[in-house]
Amino acid sequence: MDWLQILQNSASTIIAPATIAYALAALGLAVHFGYAGLLNMGIAGFMALGAYGYAITILTFGLPWYVGVLVGIVAALIFALILGIPTLRLRGDYLAIVTIAAAEVLRLLFLTSAFDEVTGSADGLSGYHTEFRAANPIPAGSYGFGPWVYNEIGWWVRILGFIALVLAALVVYRLVNSPWGRVLKGIREDEDAVRSLGKNVFGYKLQALMLGGGIAALGGIIYAMDRNVNSGVYVTSLTFFVYTALLLGGAATVFGPLLGSVIFWVLQAFLSNLLPALVSSGVLPFMTTIQASTVRFILTGIALMLLVIFRPQGILGNKKELTFVK
Amino acid sequence: MSLVRSATPAHHPRRRRLAGAFVAVLAGLIGLQLLVPFAAHADEVDTDKYPYRVSGNVQLDNVPLADVELNVKGNGIDTDVETDENGQWAVGVPEKNADYTVTLNEDTLPEGIAVVEEGNETPNIKEVTVGPGGRVTANYFIGEGTRNVTSFFDVVIERIVNGLSFGLMLALAAIGLSLVFGTTGISNFAHAEMVTFGAITAYFFANLVGWPIWVAIPVAVALSAALGFGLDVTVWRPLRRRRVGVVQLMIVSIGLSLALRYLFQFFIGGNTQQLPGATELPIDLFGSVSMTVIDMVSIVISIVALLGFAAWLLFTRIGKATRAISDNPSLAAASGIDVDGVVRIVWIIAGGLAGLSGVLAAYYRPGLKWDMGSEFLLLLFAAVTLGGLGTAFGAAVGAIVIGLVVEVSTLWIPADLRFAAPLVVLIIILLFRPQGILGRRERIG
Amino acid sequence: MSSDSSPLVARAKSTGLHIGDAVPGVAKTDPILIADGVRRTFGGLTAVDVDHLEIPKGAITALIGPNGAGKTTLFNLLTGFDKPDQGTWTFSGTSISGVPAFKVARLGQVRTFQLTKALGLLTVLDNMKLGAKGQRGEGFFSALFPALWRKQDTEIEERALVLLEKFKLDTKKDDYAASLSGGQRKLLEMARALMSQPSLVMLDEPMAGVNPALTQSLLEHILDLKDLGMTVLFVEHDMHVVRHIADWVVVMAEGKIVAEGDPTTVMKNPAVVDAYLGAHQELDLGVVTGRYHPDEADPTTDAKASVSADAEAIAAAGAEEEGAP
Repeated sequence: MDWLQILQNSASTIIAPATIAYALAALGLAVHFGYAGLLNMGIAGFMALGAYGYAITILTFGLPWYVGVLVGIVAALIFALILGIPTLRLRGDYLAIVTIAAAEVLRLLFLTSAFDEVTGSADGLSGYHTEFRAANPIPAGSYGFGPWVYNEIGWWVRILGFIALVLAALVVYRLVNSPWGRVLKGIREDEDAVRSLGKNVFGYKLQALMLGGGIAALGGIIYAMDRNVNSGVYVTSLTFFVYTALLLGGAATVFGPLLGSVIFWVLQAFLSNLLPALVSSGVLPFMTTIQASTVRFILTGIALMLLVIFRPQGILGNKKELTFVK
Repeated sequence: MSLVRSATPAHHPRRRRLAGAFVAVLAGLIGLQLLVPFAAHADEVDTDKYPYRVSGNVQLDNVPLADVELNVKGNGIDTDVETDENGQWAVGVPEKNADYTVTLNEDTLPEGIAVVEEGNETPNIKEVTVGPGGRVTANYFIGEGTRNVTSFFDVVIERIVNGLSFGLMLALAAIGLSLVFGTTGISNFAHAEMVTFGAITAYFFANLVGWPIWVAIPVAVALSAALGFGLDVTVWRPLRRRRVGVVQLMIVSIGLSLALRYLFQFFIGGNTQQLPGATELPIDLFGSVSMTVIDMVSIVISIVALLGFAAWLLFTRIGKATRAISDNPSLAAASGIDVDGVVRIVWIIAGGLAGLSGVLAAYYRPGLKWDMGSEFLLLLFAAVTLGGLGTAFGAAVGAIVIGLVVEVSTLWIPADLRFAAPLVVLIIILLFRPQGILGRRERIG
Repeated sequence: MSSDSSPLVARAKSTGLHIGDAVPGVAKTDPILIADGVRRTFGGLTAVDVDHLEIPKGAITALIGPNGAGKTTLFNLLTGFDKPDQGTWTFSGTSISGVPAFKVARLGQVRTFQLTKALGLLTVLDNMKLGAKGQRGEGFFSALFPALWRKQDTEIEERALVLLEKFKLDTKKDDYAASLSGGQRKLLEMARALMSQPSLVMLDEPMAGVNPALTQSLLEHILDLKDLGMTVLFVEHDMHVVRHIADWVVVMAEGKIVAEGDPTTVMKNPAVVDAYLGAHQELDLGVVTGRYHPDEADPTTDAKASVSADAEAIAAAGAEEEGAP
């Protein structure tokens, strides 16, 4: 068993595009769930809109990749608007049902063969990277050290991802530490009380839904820049995994989602390397390597349960400021 | 795929596309394997050599056909390919924005089977265009060579019968979900896994142990009830004692759902399995409606179980106590009802009904899989929400409405969007009647 | 907090509030809130059916009535938290029927809730600051630039600290509101409402669930509101509180206004006594609970009986009558 390789593979995921994508999605979810108390169970749908918006703009309309980024974000904002206007007046648990249902409807629309020309249905979309890669200012070659050695394309995606993440985190940080954030946290606690103080609760919820949705879409876009777009990625489980990453770091924090995503992915990579290796070297004689690769998902589920029960505020959250009140 | 089958080419292609959707979901889940590159299972030729691809499925009545030969021709290539065990194939092609001809070699189909399409002399040959996406799908969803022309009215009747039987099956699971929500406030995502558990235990005893199916099913239902009891004792009751909030409980149930789901995959793998008799041929009944014996037995079992449950809820002491707790838990506790005891029984009943629903679903789909429950979970939530959160009868009504919407909507929309239809209906109904069909409005302040 | 035994400071009651006989729906000399034909039904049940109601400006009006009389529903309707089947109402001459709750609050009509809505996971100071109106930093884009709102925020904080001191919550300003006692939360909720500088304060059962030690100080604060020129409308069950502080009393039963008048007159109205006041009217609950010396007992009550009555037994009987919340 090659321990060095396992550790290297795990360490490499610290700055993987997927980690950045999760961090952005979890940050968006922190705005929804952690700060505004909106039980958005459809974060996968926002990510899908980002990814498909980006790819379709390039493939179907032949527009530049940066227009694709804009389209992806705007699509998510419009989705938030369409979703929010009717549902934000409903009770919280209804919002959860409606968002999870809407995200699933979106996924089925991307999957159906009726729109195959545009969405690629079950095959998804690929072959839209050319222009994005041509815009890469980094000369061809390998860069980095230790486990973090990538070619110019790898770095290009990562650098754009970092920029997006830092900008998004900065915006969220400023907002939640402003009077705007105070109103939002008030709504999380009791929206009728905030309403009685003359705040347009619905407006704030809609703004929060759009802000978080836009950030999540950015996550989807970064992920689409790195590889292909496929509707099979944007399933409900993705939403659950993003929740796991968010709760791991701390739902009502700005840096929690980032830390949570890194830990989530490093552990995933570590287990997906370690467990099959253990099986191959005969340490786990009672399972096959295929079985070993499902073990990490079982552990993810158990970790999510334990986390919510025993440390609901996450790693970075304030013990007193639990996000679960009602 | 559905309880009632008929050989009506007028709508069959749609239903088959649905099978394609299931295959795609499966493929998608494999692709999900934490966002690693999309793992293609299809038999692939030249997909490494060329950047673009033509791919597809070949299925007979929703069953994948392996080893069927196809040929893709055009733009300088002439490639042969065979379908894999999932009926899938893919060929790499050099050009996008270009046309290709896909030909299915009918000699390699099982005997007596042909590709049939109305108004098409050579339905085994398809002209496809690889668009700007660089990919195109050419699917062959084949029916048996015979056909009979069915009137629209007959099709509607058939869908309604289908929808009712699907709705009844959903209702079994939905009332348990609703009871649990009503008495404990948990939006239990792991209910899906209780459904799957029923199907898997039935499979274990019937196929692996070799017991007769009529023994395996009651045992599976009993074990599912035991699972409900076990989860209450080990997870939910301790959390009730800790006074954990409902949002937290919901996320705990998501974690439990993930853990159980992958535990099932750990034991039975990623493939679809069949219970004994699931692939039996249907008997023609009336009009275009035909059902297998098992389908009919399923409907009878659903109705009997639902009536039994209704009698329990309405007339027994514990049933009344359950309704009292759903109505007002603290008042019920104050009036001397043993809330913990009733909740335990609710979990047992919810588990048993979910397990039964899972067994029936394994016949309905047909086939059982590690994540089959999560396929229905959203429909269950939709049913419970439609009926008005926490009212068991509302959930049953909601489930039947959803079953009907799923089946009847395929008259107008592609079959692979049929699970989207009830979700859209749900969203629209919530806009006009947020309390659901049978729910009550709440007072503020 | 104020010491338990100190008597209420007698303050002059406002008089001459109405024009003509004090009958239900009587016109007021200077009404701030006028409601007409307000009806709200739940299913087949009529919760509120008010033909005409005027609330006098600059006075303390109590809204009383048995449980289920529709007091809270009327509150919800007038503040925009619920929508009536029909009816119109104006606030300071502006029609606010159908206006959403947050806009009603911005016009200067704020309310509190029967079940206190302190924002538990915000600090006491943040709770207070949330109450201020017209904050620049509450806009999405301006929030991004602290330079635009920092100065105003500091001013709001100063105002909040003054109010907190007055309500004796200043030592708790950095605590989460969830850590406060029930009575302190009521105080916080009232103080927070004052941050918006309202002209009409509507309090839904301000004394419910409050430790007797804090009742006194809450009453003082309500009286202070009037001195500061605000109008108060409050729902209350404790008749002696009503008698002590209200200038005007409106009685509701089964959704309708059944009587109006100054406290002393209304409580002598036999219909009101029958409908609502119940068994223990001969007792002064202030004396029973030990808050007041028997010498200070309300002259209309039986001071001796009050001394010998068991407060807890009465409370328990009351709780039974009211049923579970």
